[in-house]
Amino acid sequence: MDGLQRGSAAIIGVAESDLGAVAQDMSPIDLMAQGIHRALADCGLGLRDVDGLVCAIAQSRTSGLALAEYLGISPAFVDTTILGGSSFMFHVAHAQAALQLGLCKVAVIAYGSTQRTIGRRQASVREYNPYETPFRPFLPSTAYALAASRHMHQFGTTREQLAAIAVAAREWALLNPVAWEKKPLTIAEVLSARVISYPFTVRDCCLVTDGGGAVIMTTPERARSLKKPPVYVLGCGQAITHANISSMPDLTMTGALPSGRAAYAMAGLGAKDIDVVELYDAFTINTILFLEDLGFCTKGEGGSFVEGGRIAPKGALPVNTNGGGLSYCHPGMYGLFLLIEATRQLRHECGARQVADCETAIAHGNGGVLSSQSTVILGSAATVS
Amino acid sequence: MEQSPLAVYQAHLDKGELAYQWSPEAQKAVFYPRVICPYTGSDRLEWRVSAGLGTVYATTVVHPAREGTPYNVALIDCDEGFRLMSRVEDLPPEVVRIGMRVKFRVHRPAGDEPPYPVFVPVESP
Repeated sequence: MDGLQRGSAAIIGVAESDLGAVAQDMSPIDLMAQGIHRALADCGLGLRDVDGLVCAIAQSRTSGLALAEYLGISPAFVDTTILGGSSFMFHVAHAQAALQLGLCKVAVIAYGSTQRTIGRRQASVREYNPYETPFRPFLPSTAYALAASRHMHQFGTTREQLAAIAVAAREWALLNPVAWEKKPLTIAEVLSARVISYPFTVRDCCLVTDGGGAVIMTTPERARSLKKPPVYVLGCGQAITHANISSMPDLTMTGALPSGRAAYAMAGLGAKDIDVVELYDAFTINTILFLEDLGFCTKGEGGSFVEGGRIAPKGALPVNTNGGGLSYCHPGMYGLFLLIEATRQLRHECGARQVADCETAIAHGNGGVLSSQSTVILGSAATVS
Repeated sequence: MEQSPLAVYQAHLDKGELAYQWSPEAQKAVFYPRVICPYTGSDRLEWRVSAGLGTVYATTVVHPAREGTPYNVALIDCDEGFRLMSRVEDLPPEVVRIGMRVKFRVHRPAGDEPPYPVFVPVESP
């Protein structure tokens, strides 16, 4: 991204709040505060160090006000950009810009949702669209199913290949103690599950859980004196291509292409240089689209690429190592959790699911119905020395 | 502005017509209807009535979780160069195929809901 400098900001603290099904009457702000408290403990800073507040949630119209009041802070820098599940990757770029310009010294990025407890419809009210709503698309599933239909038609992608993505995510989730899903899954079980919007069964679709978390960023100078090894922001990119699926120019080509290109250019890296891949898997087709558009395989080959456990534990390319939105957690806007997992992988904190010798990671966020794409490339200290 | 883009569009549907906008500067069809052209930024947009012929671009079958039978949702590329969400009727939803030629028919729901465009196969399957 023009204007942002490779390595000019670092992630210093990450944490999830309670996940899954949280205690009765917990609010999304409670979960954000819990995530911030834990992420500050992770880096050894306190609330009084925080002068940059960045957040996006679906359950509060002015979440920046609600969160600042709750925390008792009056931040110098605030950003509440909301573009769906990729918002947090946009936030990283905005926080990096703020840190680079000296608008703040320590920025927190926070998220929280109680959509499982209160119901998805209440947590995220869908706007009436006179050009789509009459046809009763079950959104967002139907929009992604339309994209899948197009990929299957153009490239011969199969339901079994889509199912392989759900199975790989489940295998990773079984290595993650806080993942929602605890039982193994087979391709046959994915295919025979309840159909939601063809070709998707419920196993092709992300979970509906509660959850939240926080990511803390600061300047490289400050980052070096803190508790944990800094994880540097090497590259950021973004692209918005549409809002509604009927306005998406080509359902097989996403904004991940320009977003990834910008992030790679800033980082001075390519897909071949990335050790850990965290992709927003709201639906199984997402993983294929983003593997292609981010250059891990060529366009149309994503289906065969994921066969045979290639993206599962012990596969050639580690993808969605926390178990993903499909099997770990998905509290509505999932992007923040990709940043948390990528950071932990680069710090070598991931136990049974740790990717050996990783120095670089990509965290790619998706928002709306393939509408907003934002890519963050992260690296260990070795990548900036 | 005396009439919103949506009101003009709905008035055409009331008459059984599928209307879209044409940008003379971009030489492109514009859909959904707007106040300015997304290709040029100009407010010069002309209304045209579609011949109602198109091709299925993408298709899915929605399976309602509780009551109701599965139904089709499709994206249709109209021959004039615009795309819209709709459904293909007169055949089982799972039989709708990408590339299928379809033609417009106005659907008039019961009650207060305004008419909307659906499609049927050009030739019987």
